[in-house]
Amino acid sequence: MSDVATARALLESLGSYGSHFAGDDVAHLEVSGDEVVGSHLVPGLDVDIEQIDDGIEAHIHLREGVRIANPVHLCFGMLPTEGLQRIVMKVDVDAGSFASVRAHCTFPNAIDITHKMDAVVNIAPGATYEYFERHLHGAEGGVQVVPKTLVRIGEGARFKTEFELVKGQAGVIDFDYEADCDARSTLEMITRIIGRGHDTVTIRETGRLNGEGARAVLNSYLALRDDARAEVYNTLSASAPYARGHVDCKEIVQHRAFAKAVPIVEVSHPLAHITHEAAIGSVDSKQLQTLMSRGLTEDEATDLIIEGLLS
Amino acid sequence: MGILELHDITLELGGKPILNDLSVDFWEGHVHALIGPNGAGKSTLASTIMGLPGYTDHSGDILLDGESLRGVPVDERARRGITLAWQEPARFEGLRMDRFIAAGAKEKSRANVERMLTRVGLDPERYLDRKVDKTLSGGERKRVELASILAMEPRIVLMDEPDSGIDVEALQRIFDALAYFKEMGTTVIMITHSMAVLEHAEHAFLLCNGHILDKGSVDKISGYFANNCIPCHHENEPAPEEEMITA
Repeated sequence: MSDVATARALLESLGSYGSHFAGDDVAHLEVSGDEVVGSHLVPGLDVDIEQIDDGIEAHIHLREGVRIANPVHLCFGMLPTEGLQRIVMKVDVDAGSFASVRAHCTFPNAIDITHKMDAVVNIAPGATYEYFERHLHGAEGGVQVVPKTLVRIGEGARFKTEFELVKGQAGVIDFDYEADCDARSTLEMITRIIGRGHDTVTIRETGRLNGEGARAVLNSYLALRDDARAEVYNTLSASAPYARGHVDCKEIVQHRAFAKAVPIVEVSHPLAHITHEAAIGSVDSKQLQTLMSRGLTEDEATDLIIEGLLS
Repeated sequence: MGILELHDITLELGGKPILNDLSVDFWEGHVHALIGPNGAGKSTLASTIMGLPGYTDHSGDILLDGESLRGVPVDERARRGITLAWQEPARFEGLRMDRFIAAGAKEKSRANVERMLTRVGLDPERYLDRKVDKTLSGGERKRVELASILAMEPRIVLMDEPDSGIDVEALQRIFDALAYFKEMGTTVIMITHSMAVLEHAEHAFLLCNGHILDKGSVDKISGYFANNCIPCHHENEPAPEEEMITA
């Protein structure tokens, strides 16, 4: 299959074909397995890519003061049923710049695929970097997703990341994000996952509010059914004055699914403040009955409630 | 024969009889009011008609168009045209208002959702993208509930204290909705403690100790309000002997 055809097939599996190629001012990059099969850059955004064993090593550099108006689209995926895709990524976001990245990860035919991501992100003072990662898996759940990311957020900088897997079967997800936050920086981590079948989900999110006035929120929303299992470890520490943070974990459990939430908050400065909230349970019966009294079946009502929770 | 007939309904909850050999007919296209002291069984009756879990193990029978609803689950009752507006509607984290209203709507278009919001006095531009969650006030949430029921175009709507926790403007919207239901031929069964709401009904029923103590015109039944609505001794609200009034 040609590079163009592979890129097209990957994007079509996402159901978003076309958005990557919306125009010259939309940057995009498509990686199938260990090959770059499509790319387009915009001024101020540099991407260097090297092929490594079973994957790629990418250095993404956003130059100082550059503000990219349109989202940058990344597509990582594999069309075969088996294999390993390893992404080593270094992201440097220079001072005062802005970029919003939409990463689409698609494994529509997966039976035994491992997708590993090792990323180091440096966000310079006053910059904003958003990274939304959406996964689309097939019905078999044969994907092992292992993203590990270290983020350094400079003074007054902002980092927002969302991880979403709501279509297809998750497989195994072992998610590990860590962020160090300098003064007056902002960190926002949001995870939304639906687990089905025998999916196993482990989420570790850690935020360290090291600088004065740093702020963070760690939100995890999961819906688990069948025999799915999830463990969420959210840790937020504050060691500087006026650091503020909140940890929130909500999980809906159905059938024989299992959920565990361990929010850890650590405060080592008297002027810092962190709160946490965790709720695990079945679908709220009053919500369910309300929607059923409008004529929705129990399954339809449950799906709508979960849609809201994960929105 | 009414559109909805209840025959000899007896229901115990926690070993205590809440509905007691209750029989009543509700007439198609009419607005009915149920009044009575706290604990009389009014909300239980609404839950029983809706077939909510925990309220189905009753004796007697409920007939819709002459057909028994025994064993018919909540969602199927709703699809047959019965719905319930809760006294305190549920809140849904993250669920957008347009999705909530459209979920049970007969016509699911955005234009129709906007029409229903407008009908209850909520500006679609301001509310359509909001969530049906705790950021809404009690009055706003009640109006959204009403909008979703209007969109459903039910044949029978059970309204549990539609006026509780709302302001004067919202109350007027509820009266407007009652007029609209009447215009559409919807049968309304509303539970109320309010004289202002009762006045919008065509028929009224006084419920006490789980059975219908009296029924008739609003003028007749409203007399119980004037007399502190204590026509008999009620075990949940014992009244001093001198305040007892016989029906």
